Amino acid sequence: MLETTIKQKKRMEIINLNFYYGKNHALKNISMPIFDRRVTALIGPSGCGKTTLLRCFNRMHDLYPNNRYEGDILLDDVSIFDKSVDLIELRSKVGMVFQKPTPFPMSIFDNIAFGLKLKGIRGSELKGRVEKALKDAALWDEVKDRLKESAFSLSGGQQQRLCIARSLAVEPEVLLFDEPTSALDPISTAKIEELIVELKREITIVIVTHNMQQAARISDYTGFMYLGELVEFNPTEKLFTKPDQKLTEDYITGRFG
Amino acid sequence: MRKRYRKVVNLLMLSLSGLLTVYGVFWLFWILGSLFISGIKYFSPELVYLDPTPAGMEGGGLRPAFVGHFILTTLATIIGVPIGLMAGIYFAEYGKDSDFFRVLRHITDIMVSTPSIIMGAVVYAVLVKPIGHFNGLSGAVALALLMVPVVAVTTDEMLKLVPQQMREAAYALGAYKWQMIKSVTLRAAKVGVLTGILLGVARISGETAPLLFTSFNNAFLNFNLMKPMASITVTTFNYVMGPYHYWHQQAWAASLILTLGVLMLSIFARLILHGKITNPFAFMFKRIKKEV
Repeated sequence: MLETTIKQKKRMEIINLNFYYGKNHALKNISMPIFDRRVTALIGPSGCGKTTLLRCFNRMHDLYPNNRYEGDILLDDVSIFDKSVDLIELRSKVGMVFQKPTPFPMSIFDNIAFGLKLKGIRGSELKGRVEKALKDAALWDEVKDRLKESAFSLSGGQQQRLCIARSLAVEPEVLLFDEPTSALDPISTAKIEELIVELKREITIVIVTHNMQQAARISDYTGFMYLGELVEFNPTEKLFTKPDQKLTEDYITGRFG
Repeated sequence: MRKRYRKVVNLLMLSLSGLLTVYGVFWLFWILGSLFISGIKYFSPELVYLDPTPAGMEGGGLRPAFVGHFILTTLATIIGVPIGLMAGIYFAEYGKDSDFFRVLRHITDIMVSTPSIIMGAVVYAVLVKPIGHFNGLSGAVALALLMVPVVAVTTDEMLKLVPQQMREAAYALGAYKWQMIKSVTLRAAKVGVLTGILLGVARISGETAPLLFTSFNNAFLNFNLMKPMASITVTTFNYVMGPYHYWHQQAWAASLILTLGVLMLSIFARLILHGKITNPFAFMFKRIKKEV
């Protein structure tokens, strides 16, 4: 690994992580850092485990039975698997944006306010935080006159930015994106990408993407996964120009995938 | 040759299914038609607001039956809806991975089509025999028991239609399960759940059998739940069986009113289902908001 990568502050660290869906060994011995206020991309062919890995970071797998973790993930040097960790708290620290926009069946304002109300924020502070979140997600100008309208009245791209705003409102330290633009048109995609680059000044971002160009455009570090293993983790520029592994090179040049 | 054969078979099947539909609908319209013709002929406003006259004396109305029917169905709805709703929520949100609840869910499915007289018999043993006489409360409980599975099954089905990702999105924001259900999935399934409740009400408003053993009948206006209570269905049954011509006429008119009531309720339910009326009970759920 390069000298520069070691100097940076690690926000999260994955140590020898194995993950099982019942008997299916989905992630094999994965170790990688997630650097503070950087964009880390996970790429790889379908079924390689990149989304599975992402969903370990906020323990989304705990919602379903028979899932099992081995190894460790540290967030700010504390294991997220520790018994003292409150899942509710973990998930408000590590936010998540999904592949398809998932607005809740309520008004635009209430969508953003949802997470804040869970934290007991009310009144004028609530209003201010909602406005800030919408501004941070570059959606404020488009929706400021229609905050009471249903969130379903927005376009797909706007809905996705609404979901990003909703996650930002609770001020997470890390924000996970699971193929956030795969259901969007190119213009909406460009807007989300701009937004992600903008957001990394404040928060740490991990993004799973099918689109290698997207990873190259917006990320600082990239992990290439294949069949449940992390084949290579490097600064994005290096991974896409001089990869260490033959397999990585084959994938990014389109020889398989 | 082959093509011609297919065309003939196609035509045959089309006419066969068309004919059978006409056959089925014919009887339905015959029943409804004669109900409408006789019902309208014998209808008079006094039917609703006058009490029955002593047997054999012409005139009077069925006020106790209309009032009793309203009390019974309302009370049954108040008892049945919360239980059915919570059961449905449990099936969809909590009990999905438990074998016990999977079996229970299947039994609930069977309960939807249990003959209603069985519910009447059960409630007779539990609430009529120990009390010693027929009473309105037991009637309402029997109707509530019929309603619970209908509401539970539709609530469950509607909640299962809510995409899993929406639940995950709520969890990803740090929501507890109940907060997620209350503000996200129940809201998303609102229209379907309300339709299920209305269908449940429509179903119990036409029941006679379970009431025969429970609330029985009463010729006098009665608001006391511990005494026998009249209902349109049981009164109609008795009047039809009775010897007097004017009883039969009143039974026709009462049946028509009940049928129209149920019809209106299911039209209402359908309108909601198709989004024509989005939230008929908005005024009930509106929270007092200080902000926004």
